[in-house]
Amino acid sequence: MSEPPVSRGFRGKQRSSDHAARTPPGQHLVNDFPVLSAGPTPRIDLVKWRFALTDGHNKFAEWDWEQFNALPQTKIKTDIHCVTTWSKLDTEWRGVTFDDLLAAAGLDEAPTPFALMHCYGGYTTNVPVEDMLEGKAMVATRFAGEELDPEHGGPARLVVPHLYFWKSAKWIQRIEFTETDTPGFWEELGYHIYGDPWREQRYAGD
Amino acid sequence: MSEKPLPLDGNSAAGLLSELFAVEITGASITCDGCHHAAPIGAARLYGGRMGAVFRCAHCENVVVRLVRTPEGYWLEMKGARSLFVQARGD
Ligand SMILES: [Zn+2]
Repeated sequence: MSEPPVSRGFRGKQRSSDHAARTPPGQHLVNDFPVLSAGPTPRIDLVKWRFALTDGHNKFAEWDWEQFNALPQTKIKTDIHCVTTWSKLDTEWRGVTFDDLLAAAGLDEAPTPFALMHCYGGYTTNVPVEDMLEGKAMVATRFAGEELDPEHGGPARLVVPHLYFWKSAKWIQRIEFTETDTPGFWEELGYHIYGDPWREQRYAGD
Repeated sequence: MSEKPLPLDGNSAAGLLSELFAVEITGASITCDGCHHAAPIGAARLYGGRMGAVFRCAHCENVVVRLVRTPEGYWLEMKGARSLFVQARGD
């Protein structure tokens, strides 16, 4: 299988001044990839894995593993920022962009302005639809050229790198379109409803 | 920088719990709303790392208590707990 071209966010040689400019306030850079989970890592049988787009009434589309991997694949290279203050530069992900998911579901546009991610294991997190359009988010199945490790959200996770990384839901199962911005697992317990690292929106009220 | 591998045991959050609860809480018994097993909070499985304390029932993994400390205060959620039993003080 040929690798698709890197579509966005590619930057050549790095210098430390560049690194500083890419590190949001209150963050520090790491080279490892810390794991933070709200629960045990689900072991998901790929034969039973499903991923769907829904709202309160409809299932717009559902893919099994084989169907999902037949969708258009995109590679991105991007920086990620965890609210626990670590940032990691130039992470490489491959998966299906939210735009391509909408298109594959036959949707000209998202049916509502907001979405709530539902995950294997019960985790939830909310993201405005606007923040997933035009290549800003994908459902990724590969990291750094390898299958996505279960500890890091495999088989598939959301990647929405311009928001704090708790928004990039691991083990994603379903994107539910919602009329209102519905707080998820951490958002209903004091974390910021939106979570922009450049504005340091860590907690409600920030 | 590294997070300790999760889960830890619930006692690892004793400091955070004692900031909120005036009683010695790690020994208090929680009845899980998922499976109805009762066990001390200290025996729960602790997830969440630096984001907050997510206590899961050691018997069924149901979330029984969540506790987050923000600069403003404490957020506590217990909808996964059927009840909390705290032993009366002996004095
Ligand atoms: Zn239980």
